[in-house]
Amino acid sequence: MVTEMRNEHIDQKNKGTHPHKFTLWVGIASIIMTFAGLTSAFIVKKHAPGWSTTEVPVIFLYSTIIILASSATVHLSLKAFKERNMLRYRSLITITALLGLLFIVCQIIGFSQLWNAGITLEGSGAAQFLYIIFGLHALHVLGGAIALFVIFFRAYSSKVRRYNVVPVEVVSTYWHFVDALWVYLYIFFLINV
Amino acid sequence: MSNDVALHGHPEVVGSHEAHAHHHKETFITKYVFSQDHKMIAKQFLITGMVWAVIGGLMSVLFRLQLGFPDESFPWLEDVLGRWAKGGKISAENYYALITMHGTVLVFFVLTGGLSGTFANFLIPLQIGARDMASPMMNMLSYWFFFGGSIVMISSLFVQTGPFSGGWTAYPPLSALGDASPGSKVGMDLWIISMAMFIISQLLAGLNYISTVLNMRTKGMSMNRLPLTVWALFFTAVLGVLSFPVLLSGVVLLIFDRHAGSSFYLSDIFIASTNTALPNEGGSAILYQHLFWFLGHPEVYIILLPAMGIASEVLSVNARKPIFGYFAMIISMFAITVLAFLVWAHHMFVTGLNPFLGSVFVLLTLMIAVPSAIKVFNWLTTLFKANIRFTPAMLCAIGFVSLFISGGLTGIFLGNSTLDIHLHDTYFVIAHFHIVMGVSAFFGMFAGVYHWFPKMYGRYMNNTLAYIHFWGTIIGAYLIFWPMHYEGFAGMPRRYLDYGIWESFKQFAELNKFISIVAIITFALQFLFLFNFFYSIFKGRKVKDQNPWKANTLEWTTPINPGHGNWPGEIPEVHRWAYDYSKDGRDFIPQTEPIDPNESKH
Ligand code: HEM
Ligand SMILES: [Cu+2]
Repeated sequence: MVTEMRNEHIDQKNKGTHPHKFTLWVGIASIIMTFAGLTSAFIVKKHAPGWSTTEVPVIFLYSTIIILASSATVHLSLKAFKERNMLRYRSLITITALLGLLFIVCQIIGFSQLWNAGITLEGSGAAQFLYIIFGLHALHVLGGAIALFVIFFRAYSSKVRRYNVVPVEVVSTYWHFVDALWVYLYIFFLINV
Repeated sequence: MSNDVALHGHPEVVGSHEAHAHHHKETFITKYVFSQDHKMIAKQFLITGMVWAVIGGLMSVLFRLQLGFPDESFPWLEDVLGRWAKGGKISAENYYALITMHGTVLVFFVLTGGLSGTFANFLIPLQIGARDMASPMMNMLSYWFFFGGSIVMISSLFVQTGPFSGGWTAYPPLSALGDASPGSKVGMDLWIISMAMFIISQLLAGLNYISTVLNMRTKGMSMNRLPLTVWALFFTAVLGVLSFPVLLSGVVLLIFDRHAGSSFYLSDIFIASTNTALPNEGGSAILYQHLFWFLGHPEVYIILLPAMGIASEVLSVNARKPIFGYFAMIISMFAITVLAFLVWAHHMFVTGLNPFLGSVFVLLTLMIAVPSAIKVFNWLTTLFKANIRFTPAMLCAIGFVSLFISGGLTGIFLGNSTLDIHLHDTYFVIAHFHIVMGVSAFFGMFAGVYHWFPKMYGRYMNNTLAYIHFWGTIIGAYLIFWPMHYEGFAGMPRRYLDYGIWESFKQFAELNKFISIVAIITFALQFLFLFNFFYSIFKGRKVKDQNPWKANTLEWTTPINPGHGNWPGEIPEVHRWAYDYSKDGRDFIPQTEPIDPNESKH
């Protein structure tokens, strides 16, 4: 941890939260605002005339289970990392990233089921919001998966042999966040359509 | 120690120990272009902002020509501008494009990017005692996203169908339907791309500012010892990271309406130009307004808060008095930040908003007047009975306070929904926000540039030019915008090409001519500032004194030309707040000086 701080040319004493973690929390706040904007737009529109609803495809239930599982694996991988159990860490991180990709695949299947049922982007009902809100969320998961791959390869590169836990903590916090965000969005849609 | 640094004649300031690790060889590219030094990034924001200010200002000169002289044509304009002024007249389409670009450019690229980009970057690390931002890399990216967004916005001026022309607020349907106007085609797509890049830039920057202020303060620099500039820039960043994402979500829906056939904002539309009825149903343009103004109102404070912070600092230093009500200042800024999120619908009183809801927004809006008034009171009390040094920065800071009072008072008119029914979308609104936000933030910026120029470039700007520029600009600003209040009271609407067709507004023909002439003169006067700025970078009087203004804050403890890393040795420790001026018989006591046991309390 200290090495990393030095590289960032900060010679302040290390108080409290690491700046990167802090940056992440503020970033999370702004992602929350994006989705708060979209879901409140949904609520405003819902009470306007001409609103149409859609069943939420069942496959999104499976994606919920998948992303919850990935939250567990990322948690375990962080634990493994802290115990310096690199082998276990790497495999768990890989599983997490793969589960993330699987989640995105499920979302795409869900979208195509809707699309094939004749519900496209035309219109202004729940389904159009669903495409956009779930799609935007999937992009955030994709970003997280990419970050996982980055720290995964970092763990392999021989040059970087320090046990710096900060990046792993940052990515895992982010991952839990997109997971929680998904649960919120899923429940929001279940209740509101 | 790299040769390069020696060659550039810069003192090697990076300390002996850890800071050395990152101080790689500096090339021209890493030093001036892809720099990660917060001070260089600040200068990049400042100079880009200046270029934008000239472009945006020139646009206003062009449309003021039309407004002041609607019946005349200027053949020379066609020689200069080509298709923008066919026959020496600004066409209706170009007029709308010009006012739209003028608003977009000044609000976002000059007064947001240029103002908080410059001073947050420059002042946060220097005043809190940090070597750089929490993430210099993100900081650099923030500038380059800003720059990229600028290029895209500029490029929209050159496309065949012209730039977007539906107003800086980009309301649908003009912004959602390509067929609605020429500017709604490619121009609008470029507007969206550019704004998306701008938003990313602001988010990267804001994240960085917040974590820097909270995590990287030097020893002893507790939050209640921060200079008010840093507090202001901190609240600005908070507003930005919480409100820009909402604009982003509004724009995402807009993109889908434009290109994917959805109808979030569109309903029951018949387009006359193509003679077609559109199939879109169920959309609501008002929804866009909610999303836009949820950003839009905080945005005006994103512009204003940095200017407030700069003014507080400059006033205190040059009044040689502690800022009056330091904590009241912080709490007011906090209140402004919170309230800024709760008043957006005052821009929508006449959209059919439920009158009961409207009265809630009236109340919340008028509540903002309270912290604003506290701040004004504190500034004036700081000036009261002070031994004022009338430096150019000080004059600009006083000018800022004057403009903020004038414009804040008209805000109270507008904040009453019943009055707003009459005043909405008239020149009264134009006058209100140009005075309270536009010109006053410019004066905050001028104050900041004059005050910190010695720290930025190790030279002074020329005072005589600065005084001429100050007086000319403040008189010009009042002469331009004050009369607009009368036009607004008379009901003269904004955003029209020609008012000659109304019998009732013919009385204003001469006034409009007058406003246009003053606007052109005031615009020309700005080149005095620009000349002064660029000339002084190379030829200005050299700073010999490490602390030329006799100020307490930490930036004046760095070498006259600080290198990357800011302090050559250890970062100084802080022992007191930033405002110990004229205390215990001493003119000023820097923050780095330990508290004397016999010292009086402030
Ligand atoms: C005492 C505080 C203030 C009050 C009560 C107030 C109230 C209002 C109201 C009600 C409007 C809407 C007018 C209309 O469109 O009919 C308005 C417009 C505006 N205000 Fe203020 N305001 C205040 C201070 C400020 C400040 C400090 C700024 C900027 C720093 C600002 C910037 C603007 C802008 C940019 C607009 C017009 C936007 C547009 O329609 O293009 N206001 N203000
Ligand atoms: Cu407002």
